[in-house]
Amino acid sequence: MIDAVERFVKGEMSPEELAYFMDLRKNNPEVDQAVVEQIFFLNELNKFANTRDFRHQLHETEAQLVKEGLINRTPLKNSSKVVFLWTRYKRTIAVAASIAGLVSLGIGTIISNISTKPQQNIKPLVDKLQQQETKTRQIENKINQLAAANSEAAQPKVTARFRATGFMIDVQNNYLLTNAHVVREAKNQLVIENNKGEQYTATSVYVNFENDLAVLKITDERFKKMSPAPYSIKKNPAELGEQVFMLGFPKQEIVYGEGYVSAKNGYKMDTIYCQLNTSANEGSSGSPVINKNGELIGIISSMEANAEGVVFAIKSRNIFAAIDAIKELEGHDDIKVTSLPALRGVDRVQQIKRVQDYVFMVKGN
Amino acid sequence: MTQFESEKALLQGLATRDKAAVEQVYREHYHMIQSMVIHNNGTGDDAADIFQETMIVLYEKSMTDGFELNCQLKTYIYSIARRLWLKRLSTAMRYAPTADSAEEVIAVEEDLEFHERRQTEFSIMEQALSKMGEPCKSLLEAYYLQKKPMQQIASEFGYTNSDNAKTQKYKCLVRLKKLFFQQYKNL
Repeated sequence: MIDAVERFVKGEMSPEELAYFMDLRKNNPEVDQAVVEQIFFLNELNKFANTRDFRHQLHETEAQLVKEGLINRTPLKNSSKVVFLWTRYKRTIAVAASIAGLVSLGIGTIISNISTKPQQNIKPLVDKLQQQETKTRQIENKINQLAAANSEAAQPKVTARFRATGFMIDVQNNYLLTNAHVVREAKNQLVIENNKGEQYTATSVYVNFENDLAVLKITDERFKKMSPAPYSIKKNPAELGEQVFMLGFPKQEIVYGEGYVSAKNGYKMDTIYCQLNTSANEGSSGSPVINKNGELIGIISSMEANAEGVVFAIKSRNIFAAIDAIKELEGHDDIKVTSLPALRGVDRVQQIKRVQDYVFMVKGN
Repeated sequence: MTQFESEKALLQGLATRDKAAVEQVYREHYHMIQSMVIHNNGTGDDAADIFQETMIVLYEKSMTDGFELNCQLKTYIYSIARRLWLKRLSTAMRYAPTADSAEEVIAVEEDLEFHERRQTEFSIMEQALSKMGEPCKSLLEAYYLQKKPMQQIASEFGYTNSDNAKTQKYKCLVRLKKLFFQQYKNL
């Protein structure tokens, strides 16, 4: 039957066969219906083939024109001119800034990119505290100092110029993980601050701009040893669609966020990163990204400037490389990641309670 | 040749999926669409996607019997692309452009409905094909999509003769048809 219809459509039937076929259709409504259906289907299939061919054709033409430079698939939005000028005068501005000895804090874009790659459309998430906020904090600090004068130990309150996030990876030896671009912001002092507002001095022991990871050691003697962290570091890459949560300091208190893994690679297919769909703000840099089983799958690093909710996190497996590198360093061969799996099968509120003590603000000036 | 005649020839070229025709349309009209999209809250990527879809609408249109364009090709392309972009903006919940452009626009709702219908049919067929196992998928692909002769298919797939390949192809087609109509009837 199908064969007959195909030959009929292609006009391959002999006159006798055709006559017989038409007669059959005329006298059998079922046969006629089947033939009509079959013709319709073959037609659909044909249209499908043609459209697919055409699409292929379009892609090829487009690819060719992209090569010729006629089509630019990724020009920026209306802001492109500014970015262009910025790229162009970046060096001049940087020189001017270093002469002045101070980087202007009001403008967000003054933080150039973390990685050494050319101009990208992503921005790191360190919060440059605004002048206004700094002033408020100075007043706050004075009040705190007055209060602290009465308490036993006066704390070294630092007037911070930026704020980001970090979290404990080694509670035995007090190592904390954050982003390399955060540490770079610290020209003089680096402190970590917990949710209660207690500050401890720290020094950076490892900074790697390639994968944007940095490890700090908390050197402050007042810092009390903590029990093992409840999260473990995941060796394998996160699954697409995996639900994750994060804790960070986009403001002066800890903030909880949720999202999911939306792509296995980062900006422009950067394999160091994975892409999350969530919200992040300045200050979120260095936030731990944890899945429902309490496995750390990444560290928030940057977000796409032109799109809502596209956030990039460094894949957790990079942490292992960082730890191996630190072990080679003199005086830091003691680093050891320890954790107690205390998050599996626990509801989210409990998970947050257990994790939050291990997440710190990283501040400096 | 008048502009009308040359555009008609161009559309005939599109209907046969002629490479030169496709390229010409790109060269002549891409920039207009790109600036429309970019000035209305889009990116270069969006522009390229919208232009591709516009081209498909144009292609489908050029394939229909007795099709004639009763306005300039430029106006038609602009109108289609504009509608497509506005639609995408509203589904993405991004704000729609406030100021309308000075470009001439014609009503294209009917054409886009037709296009949407065709897109649905396309994706139903695509899904039906993707559900087929091997060797069915490749067999149907070779015969109906790449239009290879049965003899060649038989030898490529390792059938001893083309009749056996044909029998297998029929079985496959029946299954594909079933999968297709299952979805199609739900339309």
